[in-house]
Amino acid sequence: MNEMTPPKEERSEALKGLGCSRKRVEDARFTQGKGNYIDDIKLPGMLFGDFVRSPYPHAYVKSINADKALEVPGVLAVITAKDLEPLNLHWMPTLAGDKQMVLADGKVLFQGQEVAFVVATDRYAAADGVELVEVEYEELPPLVDPFKAEIEGAPILREDIAEEKEGAHGPRRHPNHIFTWEAGDKDATESVLDSADVVAEEMVYYHRTHPCPLETCGSVASMDKVNGKLTLYGTFQAPHAVRTVASLISGIAEHNIRVISPDIGGGFGNKVGVYPGYVCSIVASIVTGKPVKWIEDRIENLTATAFARDYWMKGKISATKEGKITGLWCHTTADHGAFDACADPTKFPAGFMNICTGSYDIPTAYLAVDGIYTNKAPGGVAYRCSFRVTEAAYFIERMIEVLAIKLGMDAAELRRINFIKKEQFPYQSALGWEYDSGDYHTAWDKALDAVNYKALRKEQAERLEDFKAGKTRKLMGIGLTHFTEIVGAGPVKNCDILGLGMFDSCEIRIHPTGSAIARLGTISQGQGHATTFAQILASEIGISADDITLEEGDTDTAPYGLGTYGSRSTPVAGAATAMAGRKIRAKAQMIAAYLLEVHDGDVEWDIDRFVVKGAPERFKTMKEIAFAAYNQAIPGIEPGLEAVSYYDPPNMTYPFGAYICVMDIDVDTGTTEIRQFYALDDCGTRINPMIIEGQVHGGLTEALAIAMGQEIAYDEMGNVKTGSLMDFFIPTMWETPNYQTDHTTTPSPHHPIGAKGVGESPNVGGVPAFSNAVHDAFRAFGLTQSHMPHDHWRIWQTANKLGLHD
Amino acid sequence: MIPAAFEYHRPDSIDDAIKIISEHGDEARVIAGGHSLIPMMKLRMADLSHLVDLQQIAELKGIIIEGQSVTIGAMTTQHELIADEGLAKVAPIMTEAALQIADPQVRYMGTIGGNVANGDPGNDMPGLMQLLDANYTLAGPNGTRTVKARDFYEAAYFTAREEEEILTSITFNSPVGGYAYEKQKRKIGDYATAAAGVLITKDGGTCSHASVALTNLADTPIYCEEAVSILTGSDLGAEAIEAATIAAVNASDPGEDNRGPIEFKKHAAKIVIRRALERAIERA
Repeated sequence: MNEMTPPKEERSEALKGLGCSRKRVEDARFTQGKGNYIDDIKLPGMLFGDFVRSPYPHAYVKSINADKALEVPGVLAVITAKDLEPLNLHWMPTLAGDKQMVLADGKVLFQGQEVAFVVATDRYAAADGVELVEVEYEELPPLVDPFKAEIEGAPILREDIAEEKEGAHGPRRHPNHIFTWEAGDKDATESVLDSADVVAEEMVYYHRTHPCPLETCGSVASMDKVNGKLTLYGTFQAPHAVRTVASLISGIAEHNIRVISPDIGGGFGNKVGVYPGYVCSIVASIVTGKPVKWIEDRIENLTATAFARDYWMKGKISATKEGKITGLWCHTTADHGAFDACADPTKFPAGFMNICTGSYDIPTAYLAVDGIYTNKAPGGVAYRCSFRVTEAAYFIERMIEVLAIKLGMDAAELRRINFIKKEQFPYQSALGWEYDSGDYHTAWDKALDAVNYKALRKEQAERLEDFKAGKTRKLMGIGLTHFTEIVGAGPVKNCDILGLGMFDSCEIRIHPTGSAIARLGTISQGQGHATTFAQILASEIGISADDITLEEGDTDTAPYGLGTYGSRSTPVAGAATAMAGRKIRAKAQMIAAYLLEVHDGDVEWDIDRFVVKGAPERFKTMKEIAFAAYNQAIPGIEPGLEAVSYYDPPNMTYPFGAYICVMDIDVDTGTTEIRQFYALDDCGTRINPMIIEGQVHGGLTEALAIAMGQEIAYDEMGNVKTGSLMDFFIPTMWETPNYQTDHTTTPSPHHPIGAKGVGESPNVGGVPAFSNAVHDAFRAFGLTQSHMPHDHWRIWQTANKLGLHD
Repeated sequence: MIPAAFEYHRPDSIDDAIKIISEHGDEARVIAGGHSLIPMMKLRMADLSHLVDLQQIAELKGIIIEGQSVTIGAMTTQHELIADEGLAKVAPIMTEAALQIADPQVRYMGTIGGNVANGDPGNDMPGLMQLLDANYTLAGPNGTRTVKARDFYEAAYFTAREEEEILTSITFNSPVGGYAYEKQKRKIGDYATAAAGVLITKDGGTCSHASVALTNLADTPIYCEEAVSILTGSDLGAEAIEAATIAAVNASDPGEDNRGPIEFKKHAAKIVIRRALERAIERA
């Protein structure tokens, strides 16, 4: 007989499975400085590459003279587009169906563009070489304003495709026009707007910003000329996709390429794209036969690798007199920079911007997005959000506020009467999505109660009176947001990147002594996968999370997957993990039945073991089953206990949340103080509440940065104004407010464990909450819309224009 | 962000340091905390062949308080200023202002000498030195000389210091009465959007002595003479505060940058000046 069976609760707790605030297993190495990031990779004989970059936003490159650079001791080569051309690597495909110069091919299209790659024995020599490369430019007029891209006489940026009338996403009407993407019913929406009681109209601008991860982008390429194998270490959020794309571009067979993402110090979308540095390090390694490292500095990261947002969203929203929304119209002008290098699923050139009906039951809607080339850095990545979902959430949450002003209604009440009702799920949106689940009214009421919304409005009214009476110079704003995300791309039928279906995977091996290793197609960049995915498995297979090693990021060992971004890891790879666990359990059940000498159907699962039905004293633990799986001949069953699952989700998941920000604003200095920030998230089943809270804190702080000061700004000549952390706002502890987190739980009906993903919610919901608070403070003085970021001078300017300084 | 090659010198006396810079002329630069120079070198905007590190020179460090006179060695760090209890007693405005400079990590390295000598309009200490009417001691191949802080700044990064001179110490008389240093900035670590320092001494109901100075509101720090003359002898009432504020704003000449347009900066200046005045008067 077996040992005494501990109580269920005790056994369940010992697993550290779903719902356990288990400490992050990654942190031991991170907090001791023992992480292994790209710049920690040092290979014998490794060389360094550094870029000559364009000082001009738009210019012809007349000549490049590397003679002086090549005289610098240690400089081995200066690679230009001419050198790459015979290999057909002077341009490369982008993830958005466009192509991008690897090195300037006759012209440069943005400040900071890669012009030449200097390879040297150390990074000091490489930097000295960069200084001495002489490039002759002929300046061209820059195109900075996307609204001037198609006017007569506008400079033509992409001369390479100027004559092409058809792009990757349909017809092009002008050489500077990339695509027009539409969703919904234009005619029906315009007719609803024409006959509506009330229509509110605004231009909502979500400014250009940057994910700015703590670690910048980099790679180390090592071509072994003896065996023909290329090993590529890099800051890749999708290592398998990089392997496939590298194989397709270079012609190196895929089995001869090994891509390794080591520890990644934050990605936030910045590390999804393919950058010239990666290609150049590979080429340099092939040419020299030595490993070559390339890593960006902070200025290069901010000015050359992928930006985010830059959407000008013209909106119209209509409603009945009572405030029931009848229609939504949006025309977006999307500034994509010099190349269309957005990282979106191929069929969605504007990402999931068509989630812009938000949390509301809007019967009729239309969306059009125009992608435009400008002389700015390429990118357009999803900065801690699913593709363009943050833009969509900001748009609808501003439009709701604008409509509330037009109707003279309370914005909380306007939201409430328009929410999709619990019983309407699954809900078919007017712009084409099927929302899987939600309970918005419960979340909203809980949030309003938690902050005592009525009392806040009363206090705000009193403050306003005091302000008008000259007793204070501070206004109070209450920023409301109810956001709905669409994450977990995604169903392969809808979602692919360059033809690669967006499933994900998990492979599990149970060791004979009852511990395990699991490998996934995703890659953590700080999310804590090694902690949380082990928890999913622990609950599925009854082995403690502490006894499960989790590995990602090495394409030679991990199963194929599309990587980590767009909150897809838990919805897709997390589901694969659960499904693989269930395969393990199915085999374990047969083994247990054999060992217990009963039929398969006569045993049942009990936390960490199989028990004979009706005879709880007869059982086999997973530990015993694992040992037997390897060491006992069982008729009809193969030895071993392994499983692999490739999961193609039937739908996206739709996390949601209710955020409320209370802010004091000094109208004279434009300074702000966030008094309270309440964040309720519903991400379905909660895997690790501590990690969720950490994610929410981090995401809200990024949202604070974006809303209140962070931007990539260009002057009218196309020069980057915010290329260092002096001007690009990253909040410190000092600027970061206290956050109050909360939750409701509405499990996803189609996800194996009901989880939806949460890492990006706070960025998506946080930005409109902060911004709405600023706007709300000035609502009494007639402000309907102003542009982010709400830094001191812009807030001051708002107050000034409203006559509050007179 | 990698500097060009340079030769590194680490003299242990002022004389040796001067010898090195005299020898190499404009190819040599002294380095104190390095927070301005090193980024410039990394950006290859500062072109130098010889870097003369002053941190080994003991005579450049320390705070000496003798009666009314306060002398601070150029290599004294901002952190040391904050930590010095004697200085907090005789010149609490130094502590108040130093706490508003950058962040603790920067203050462990950043020195008062580097802060005042570099001529960067964003630095806080030059404005404070206007306020305190400090004297700078400069040592060069021909001996030492003293320059008033109010005569030192000529334009952004241009000062009365000769190329072969080292700023060795700062001297001022400990202020009496009320004081305040008000700084508006975008975030911790940033330079001022607008900053103002005020000193007020009262004799009965009348202002017997005043000083007003501004930081980062022109390409040099500003001592506001007109505001001072309005305040001196006044009753420090609302009217005097308003007039002095306007006079100080008029003395400013801010430029547009990422912190905002000129109009905003003038408005922010007005607010910080008024707040500094009110707080200094309250403390007087």
